[in-house]
Amino acid sequence: MTAPVEGADTRAPIESADAAVPDKGAGATAPGRPVRRWQGAAAFTAVAVLALVVAPLLLEPFRLGLLAKYLCYAIVALGIGLAWGQGGMLTLGQGVFFGLGGYAMGMYLKLNDAGGDLPDFMVWSGVEELPALWKPFGNPVFALTMVVVLPVAVALLLGTLVFRQRVRGAYFAILTQALAAALVILLVGQQGLTGGTNGLTNFFDFFGRDVAADETQRGLYLLVAVVLGVLYLGARQLVRSRFGRLLLAVRDGEDRVRFLGYNPATVKTLTFAVSAGMAGIAGALFVPVVGIISPALLGVVPSLELVVAVAVGGRFALAGAVLGAVVMGYARTYFSEELPDAWLYLQGALFVLVMTLAPKGIAGLAAGLVRRREARA
Amino acid sequence: MAISEVTVRDAELLAVEEINAAGGVLGKKLEPVVEDGASDWPTFAEKATKLIAQDKVATVFGGWTSASRKAMLPVFEKRKALLWYPVQYEGLESSPYIFYTGATTNQQIVPGLDYLKEQGKKKLFLVGSDYVFPRTANKIIKAYAAANGMEVLGEEYTPLGHTEYSTLVNKITEAKPDAVFNTLNGDSNVAFFKQLKSTGITADQMPVMSVSVAEEEVKGIGVDNVAGQLVAWNYYQTTDTPANEKFVAAFKAKYGADKVTSDPMEAGYNAVYLWAEAVKKAGSTDVEAVKKAAGGVSLDRPEGKVTIDGDNQHVYKTARIGVVQPDGQIKEVWNSGEPIKPDPYLKTYPWAGGLV
Repeated sequence: MTAPVEGADTRAPIESADAAVPDKGAGATAPGRPVRRWQGAAAFTAVAVLALVVAPLLLEPFRLGLLAKYLCYAIVALGIGLAWGQGGMLTLGQGVFFGLGGYAMGMYLKLNDAGGDLPDFMVWSGVEELPALWKPFGNPVFALTMVVVLPVAVALLLGTLVFRQRVRGAYFAILTQALAAALVILLVGQQGLTGGTNGLTNFFDFFGRDVAADETQRGLYLLVAVVLGVLYLGARQLVRSRFGRLLLAVRDGEDRVRFLGYNPATVKTLTFAVSAGMAGIAGALFVPVVGIISPALLGVVPSLELVVAVAVGGRFALAGAVLGAVVMGYARTYFSEELPDAWLYLQGALFVLVMTLAPKGIAGLAAGLVRRREARA
Repeated sequence: MAISEVTVRDAELLAVEEINAAGGVLGKKLEPVVEDGASDWPTFAEKATKLIAQDKVATVFGGWTSASRKAMLPVFEKRKALLWYPVQYEGLESSPYIFYTGATTNQQIVPGLDYLKEQGKKKLFLVGSDYVFPRTANKIIKAYAAANGMEVLGEEYTPLGHTEYSTLVNKITEAKPDAVFNTLNGDSNVAFFKQLKSTGITADQMPVMSVSVAEEEVKGIGVDNVAGQLVAWNYYQTTDTPANEKFVAAFKAKYGADKVTSDPMEAGYNAVYLWAEAVKKAGSTDVEAVKKAAGGVSLDRPEGKVTIDGDNQHVYKTARIGVVQPDGQIKEVWNSGEPIKPDPYLKTYPWAGGLV
């Protein structure tokens, strides 16, 4: 995993020159071309109609549920796109924040289902009294607040500690990965408190609705799609803002930014916290959609898979990150259904293929095509 | 699919083929649809949903780890579909939509402890991978030990897939237990047994009782490292029954003479036959009708007689303790004489009162 990091550092000036091009949100950098901004808005509207109207009509409930899962991952990918693509922070541990959000939601749902009794896994783990850590999560407002507050707090703490010390590149990547590994060990070891390897599963009620019912799942799908859309627009706005320009500048020349009088550590910490908050929200949505949160979902491997998805989609464009998560999620389902024996190889081959043919991912490829056509016109 | 899971799938496909060759069920041929859970719990749930909702299968055979079963359980309960789970597990579960054809704790772990007690082993050391099965198994072992005058000298867990065992083996040799109870999973056994062998302590001096090491795993660990050690299961390739002779011959004919058969494979193979028998009895593949008909269904299987307990949907199984032989096979040294009634919550064992 060191290659992308080195690439980001050594080839930074070249990338920064055209990084803005694949980004639909980069209209601000090309004030002379209002057409592009109009195109971006049209594309976003088209995708929104497709996701909110066409998909629920055409897809059967099972497929719609899968799409909802991909979109949850897309929310995490959006955060990775922001931190890594725009901010140059290769985070290999987004699973940590995804998990914090997911467990906060899962704990509330478990307590709600138990209705005053102990959650089922505590009973078979020999826990006799509800642990103090769990008690406040019985309150939905507290639990939903924690979905965002916990990941953001951890990211702020980590960011403050490491970015001030000017830890970056591969060292930061390894640190985040170690954090993911550590959280998994912690969760597995505390079976009575966390459900161990099984995680939290077997939910019934989601805010008064049967979580497994097709209607609830359709509503959840729409919720996930809307949240993704809102967060995407927010992230795009952030990238276009003064703060976003500063973030790009930090990515491409941190020392120069420091000499100009800014504090790169603050910029990076805040961005990292935003990406962590997104992962937390994604985790919380994932729990009712898929019906489980377990250590296997937030360890090193799933965290890496999301970074791979962002790379495939194109890390320099926020839309690319989202696209990558959906494409990789769909590829995973499709290959595993068609070729149960060989699908993991195919998934790997897809990554290798995209990276060799299009190092900037699908979004980079698409932007290249558009540019070529414009050049010809 | 991981190697162990592939062998179970192969055994299940063999059963489907045999049933079809004999005319199928209710005049219809069985058509298998294979999906891969990829050792990833949410994927198990996703694939189970696909099989039920999209492929509209009559029943599902599968699952490996406890976590995979726990992830699938709500899917089957909410969609009122049937799962046949073929692996020995930690008990404390009895879903109305799952049939458990592997052993529960009183058919494997408790007999394993009975055997060690009979052999005069008083001081135990517990080694396990860090997940639900070993942790729950060890809770049961500690309760058993406390009630039977045995002493647990140590309890150690390593992460799944861990392969560095020098420290742990050192701890064991310092504690000097009479026997080790091993609930390590998969590859960890390779490293553990290698390390243990390098200390020069033999199976005679300090036997290791394993509950997750079968014929398939013995091949992977290397016979040299594990020969002479104890295992607890309900079936071995060497189990002497007419049905087993047929099963082993058919399996080798289909998949290769070098293949071995093991307990989870046999439990998966049985599951298909038990389901087919229940369907015949019910005269339908309707889930509720099959569930109702399944209680009391009894067949002579490779492990001996198995009978479905209608109350908890587990099966009566004969416990067998074996010793790993230098040729990689396992020789039975003790059995429970008759099939043991499944008791997933250990309700009939007074010492287990505080567990559930």
